[in-house]
This record gives sequence, C-alpha cells and structure tokens, in this order.
Amino acid sequence: MNFDPRFSGRKFASVGTRPIRPDGVDKVTGRARYGADFNMAGQLVGRVLRSPHAHAKIRKIDTSKAEALAGVKAVITAADLPDLTDGDAAMYDILDNCLARTKALYDGHAVAAVAAVDAHTARQALKLIEVDYEVLPHVTDVDEAMAHHAPLINDTVFTEGLEEKPVKPSNVTKRSQFGHGDVHQGFGHADFIVERSFKTEQTHQGYIEPHACVASVSSDGTAELWVCTQGHFVYRQHCAQLLGMEASKLRVTSSEIGGGFGGKTHVWAEPVALALSRKAGRPVKLVMTRDEVFRASGPTSATSIDVKIGARKDGTITAAEATLRYSSGPYAGAWAEVGAMTAFACYKLDNVKTVGYEVLVNRPKTAAYRAPSAPMAAFAVESAVDELAKELGIDPVEFRIRNAAQEGTQSSYGPVYGPIGIGPTLEAAKNHAHMKAPLKKNQGRGMACGFWFNFGGQTCTDLNIGMDGSVSLAVGTVDVGGSRASLSLVAAEELGIDYSQVKAIVADTSSLGYNDMTDGSRGTFSSSMATISAARNAIKTLRERAAQMWDISVDDVAWEQGHAVAKGEKHGNLGKLSLKEIAAQSGKTGGPIAGHSELVADGAGVSFATHICDVEVDPETGATRVIRYTVVQDAGKAVHPTYVEGQYQGGAAQGIGWALNEEYIYGKDGRLQNAGFLDYRIPVCSDLPMIDTQILEIPNPNHPYGVRGVGETSIVPPLAAIANAVSNAAGVRMTHIPMSPPRILAAIEAEREG
Amino acid sequence: MVEVTLWGALAATAGGQSKVEVEAKDIRELFRKLAEQYPGLEPWIDRGIAVAIDGTIYRDTWSKELPQGAEIFLLPRLAGG
Repeated sequence: MNFDPRFSGRKFASVGTRPIRPDGVDKVTGRARYGADFNMAGQLVGRVLRSPHAHAKIRKIDTSKAEALAGVKAVITAADLPDLTDGDAAMYDILDNCLARTKALYDGHAVAAVAAVDAHTARQALKLIEVDYEVLPHVTDVDEAMAHHAPLINDTVFTEGLEEKPVKPSNVTKRSQFGHGDVHQGFGHADFIVERSFKTEQTHQGYIEPHACVASVSSDGTAELWVCTQGHFVYRQHCAQLLGMEASKLRVTSSEIGGGFGGKTHVWAEPVALALSRKAGRPVKLVMTRDEVFRASGPTSATSIDVKIGARKDGTITAAEATLRYSSGPYAGAWAEVGAMTAFACYKLDNVKTVGYEVLVNRPKTAAYRAPSAPMAAFAVESAVDELAKELGIDPVEFRIRNAAQEGTQSSYGPVYGPIGIGPTLEAAKNHAHMKAPLKKNQGRGMACGFWFNFGGQTCTDLNIGMDGSVSLAVGTVDVGGSRASLSLVAAEELGIDYSQVKAIVADTSSLGYNDMTDGSRGTFSSSMATISAARNAIKTLRERAAQMWDISVDDVAWEQGHAVAKGEKHGNLGKLSLKEIAAQSGKTGGPIAGHSELVADGAGVSFATHICDVEVDPETGATRVIRYTVVQDAGKAVHPTYVEGQYQGGAAQGIGWALNEEYIYGKDGRLQNAGFLDYRIPVCSDLPMIDTQILEIPNPNHPYGVRGVGETSIVPPLAAIANAVSNAAGVRMTHIPMSPPRILAAIEAEREG
Repeated sequence: MVEVTLWGALAATAGGQSKVEVEAKDIRELFRKLAEQYPGLEPWIDRGIAVAIDGTIYRDTWSKELPQGAEIFLLPRLAGG
C-alpha cells in the first residue's frame, strides 16, 4: 500500500452534503432483501433443539426417532461438527456455543438440530430427540458467581492476570488492571470523596431482524451462505474453519441487515445450517425465533461496579478508582477489561486505578454491544462524578470541564492523547439552550460524558468506471447505517463527479479481498480510506488514458473537478476531457478503467460525546418519561451529516431503553423469563422525544478527510445522563440499571423512610 | 532503542516490569524482539496486541515505524460492536 492517510484540510464539494441513500427506496417499499427473504429451490427448514436447563451434563442424545420421521432429511449434534479449532480457544468457544459438546451451559444452549421438508415436521422432529441430562447447580448473577461457594461452570478455568498463579479453579477467567500514579496518596489529598457501588442488568442489542441464513453445500464440497451479518468475510472464516472447508470454496453474501449493534459479529447458527445442508444434500434455511434470539444469541454483560473518586475543594479530582465485574456468559471474555480501560478516559487524572474481573455465569455467551462495556462503566463513573460535583457545590458541567482530558493528557488506559473532543463537547453542552431551559415539578436534568476507542482494520475496495462514465463502488464492509451513501459521496469527491453517478454495493466474499467486519465504528472510517485510495488509483489511469487521447505525456495531465486537464503552454489549445469522455474511449485506450485498494486503515481517532437529558418521574408510580434529549459528539468530519445524526439518535434511543426498562430476568431455575418484546421492553417511538444532535468536527489527523467513527460513542453517556436526571428528579441517587418503575418507587420509598 | 510500557496483565509475563527497553525500528521488530526477550509474551502477541505510538492506536500495521523518543504503549486488542 502506498497511501498517505494524513489529514489534508481540503475543501469539500460532495462530502458534508445530504443526498438520499441508495438503499432507501427499497427499504421503505419492502423490496430490500434481509436475511430471511432469500430462498433456494428445494430448501429445507432448519430448527434447533435447545437446553431447558441452565447447567447440565449431556449424558446421551438419541436422535433415532427423529431421523425416522417422514420428511426429516438430516439431524445433527456436536458429533457432526468435530473440533477443528486446533487449539484456538476463542473458536472452540464459538463451536461449543453453536452446538453443546459435553454440557449445556445456559437455558437455550443448542444441543441438536434438524432439517426437514417443512416447519411442522422440523418441530415434530425436535420433540422426538431424546436428551439425557444430568442437571447441575447453576449461577446467573455476576456477584454470586464470584463467591467461594458458587457452582463452578468450567473447572479447567484458573484466573489469569493474578500475581500468584491460582491453585483452585474459579468462575473468574481474568483480572486486568490499568492506571497510573498512586491512588492512595491521591485520596489523601482529597477534601471530598464519593464512594458507591452500582449494578447494571444484562441487556440485548434488540435488533429487529433475527439471525437468519440460507446455507447450501454442494456435493463437490463448495458452498454458498446467504446471511444477515456485520461481517460476511469473518463469517466465511469462522464457518470454513469450523466445517473444515477452504475459505475460497465458501461464498458468503451479506443480506441487508435489520440491526446488529455488535450482536452479528460472530457466528451463532450459520455453521449449524451448513452442517445440516452438508448432511441433507439440500439447501437449508435457518431463522431464529425472537425467543431464540433472546435466549441463545449474545447479549451484553451484567455488571457490578465499585467507584471511588476524590477531589479538592477547588474542584480538582485528586484520585479515581474503580473495580469492575462483568459477566461473559459461560465462556471467557475481555469485557471488564474494556470497561476498565474506558471508565475514566474522559478525565485528566494524576492518580487512577481500574481493575476488571471477567466472570463466568450460566447465561448466553456475551457478545459485543455498541461500544461494548463502556456504557456500564460510564454509568458508574459519571454518576459518582455528578454526586461529587454536588458535594463540592460546583455545576456538573463546569466540574467536568475543569477535569477534562485534553491533547497531551495521559489517558487513564495509558497513552497520551492527541487532538481530542471531550473539552469541546462539554463547552458545547454548557452553551446549549437545553442547559438553560426551565424544569417543572418532578422533572430533573442530567448530563454525562462518554468515550470510545474506534477501530480501523483490513479493508478492500474496487471502483469500476463503466463505458458510460458511471461508477460502481464495491466495498466489503456491511452497510449498517448508511455507509453506501457516505462512501458514494467520498468516491464522488475524489473523482470530482456528481453523487448520482456513483452506485455502491456490498460485494460478496468471492468478489473482493478480505474485509474485517463492520464493528468498532469502522465502516465509514476504513472503507472511505480505501475508497479514496481506489479512486486515486483510478484517476492515475484516467490521466494516462487522457494522455493517450491527446498524445501527450501523462506528466502534463492533471485531474481537476472530474476532468483531465492538459498542463503547460504547449497544450493551451486542448480542452478538458471529462471522466465520461475518457470512459467512452476506454476500449481503445487500454480496456476497462478501474481503481483497486487494499489497506489496513489504522489510526482511528478516539471519540467523545456529552449528552443532556431531561426526565419527568411520577412519584406515585415510579414511571419515567424522557422529555428532552440532546447529543453533542465529535465526528471528526461528518461525511453524510444526516446519517451521522442518525447514529447519534440511535445510540441515545438504545441507551434510553437500557437505562429505563430493558433487562434479562432469570428465575431461580436459571431460565430466562422474558424472552420476547412483550416482556423485554425496548423503547418505541411514543416513548421517545425528538433527540436533538450537535455534530462537532475535530479532524482525525490520521484520515485524509479527518473522519472519526461515530457509530458507538453515542450509546456510552445515556445510562449515566438519564440516571443523573432521574436522581435529580426523584431526589434519590439511582445506582441500579434499569431504573424501571418498581426500582425507582422502591428507591423513593426507601429515601422517605430514611 | 525504544521504551515500551506494558499494561498490567502483560507486565506479569515480563517479570513484573511495566516498562521494558527494546531495540526495534517498527512494530514487527518490536513484537519479534519482545517474544525473544520475554517468551511469556509470545502467546499474547499471537492472540493480538495493539500498539499505541504517541497516542495513536495501531492494531494491524507491522510496518509502522517507532520513532526515537516516541511514547509506546502495548494495549489489549479490543472488540467493537
């Protein structure tokens, strides 16, 4: 790769405008094809049998009766997916999660699957599979799982990261620690100290589209997979490895995606569908029900967090400390580690220490959820920061501004910051009209900050110029939030043509080089870099072709505003050549004109946001209504401002649901009691106010246009902003998320009773 | 010679040192030399480590140069959503 990613400070013609997205009409008219909208001739219906137990040894599975049922074409168990992971522990966990091997580790864990001619037969077949379980003691609570008497979920797990190697197995898979300075000394210099414990319950991303795929394995060993995913190249890798296939023989096509938010970043049922198809010799369609999505795909961690922050009377924080315990389901994770890294990232701290514990529980395998782990840490820290500001008698925004990290600050997770946007988002919030609006009885205002890292990664893009001068852009990052529009704008910007001349698609895995998935807010950041590079390569060819058409040296040809321009006095009589004119002659000047790019988009800039929230709490019922909400966030450069605003609003909306209502509720039997949208309440339109947004643009020095990722940071502050608002409205500090009506009512009553 | 700061869990595999000195010109050489000097680090490197150079986090660019005097931190390679 010979590409200079540095920010150039150029003026834009297309970038920053708001054209209609290319996938918009199909989506609003129902033509867009999602995971479950694909069908193949002769396809079978796949169904999965799931454990009713939270923790049980699988003694035996008898599939003979199911196999004998007319219409059943294949029945599989873990024996049909042998372990090919070659010591890769993370892949082994994914394999075991797809089909339990020796133990069912949570209510909903897949134990067998069938493919039949129709759904009725498939359901009947599931009932005929006999599983002999030995039920084991279970634990679903993160704190209880850390207790000495807790049932062990995996007796081969010994805690990593301890100074002394442990001699006994534990449900804690890892301890991690970050920070600098001396917190003990720092607290000694504090005039006020706030110390509190917080809990957040497990939530699901709540994507509207369930996991769905159609798998077709041919007798020659090649296969196709049509699937809703955030990363079809990653799904290809996972499936090929787990089924013992060569990656090139498995073609994966990503459908439109009805939400992922981190939950569609690794495989859940796709290897099962492929294994069924391989055994049956026919295509198999497998669509999860909503019940299955809740019970058996990956929600976020439940957490238990202790925070201690001290400050001098002048409002300077002297020390900050947090202990974070995050559940990871029954498999090892690094979720508390991320929480420990992000917890105090907004602040300039001389003395800071965070410790994270990864905890196994009998719940579904934890998956990423939009800025994974950061919202819970921010809830705990920003609640304590707010309380400390109150103790000090300093305005909460002013207190945060006084302690905000800035360029040159050593971050709480280690490195020194470059140019960052926490200060500007706080200043913008301070000056926002929302902060000055009057509040009525039972209403409260809260604000909070949030941080997220953002990633780049491997990216490959093709830009093809048709003979009519139109441009096809093939990208490999799944479009989860309007990236086909933003990437078309970038191609138009570089080539100097109109947005309407560019058509972007998400190419399948056989048509393009490997791409990392759309996670870490990397879609537009990474693929725009690759698009710029591909367009510049195409421009080089366009200049060469123009030179041929003019019969002059390519060194005398420049590219300006969509045209080849001959430079130098001797070429003064040559008119410009448009992209269209050059493309029309391409057959005679060397063939098709295209630009290709493969690169690693590294150097994604970190991102900050500040949110302001007003709520009204009914003291009789504990019900909360969000009445006003404002998001201020740094985008680096908003390529398509409407879709940046959409990301800001979407993160806030999900955060509102998480803060006020959403939670996994388990019975004493370890079974999930609310696996459906009737009992697991995500916000609907009538629950939400118009969410105002303010985009700040502090350029990322490591992107030609200054772009930063924007997709995740917006979900980091809401839990805390809403908790601060509810605490102010109800007159009692809320420490447990979600702040559902019963929980708020109990807190108000406890406060009354003293 | 560059000075590299290790995060907590990683320091334990380097004999408890949170800062180590390595003769390396780029990320590739840094990983190779670290694995040679501290064999306990190798599995971590194989699983994936990010390198922050003067505050910018690099996850995948082996060829990224390590300027003399630069602030270099090793960080866990994180998942995104």
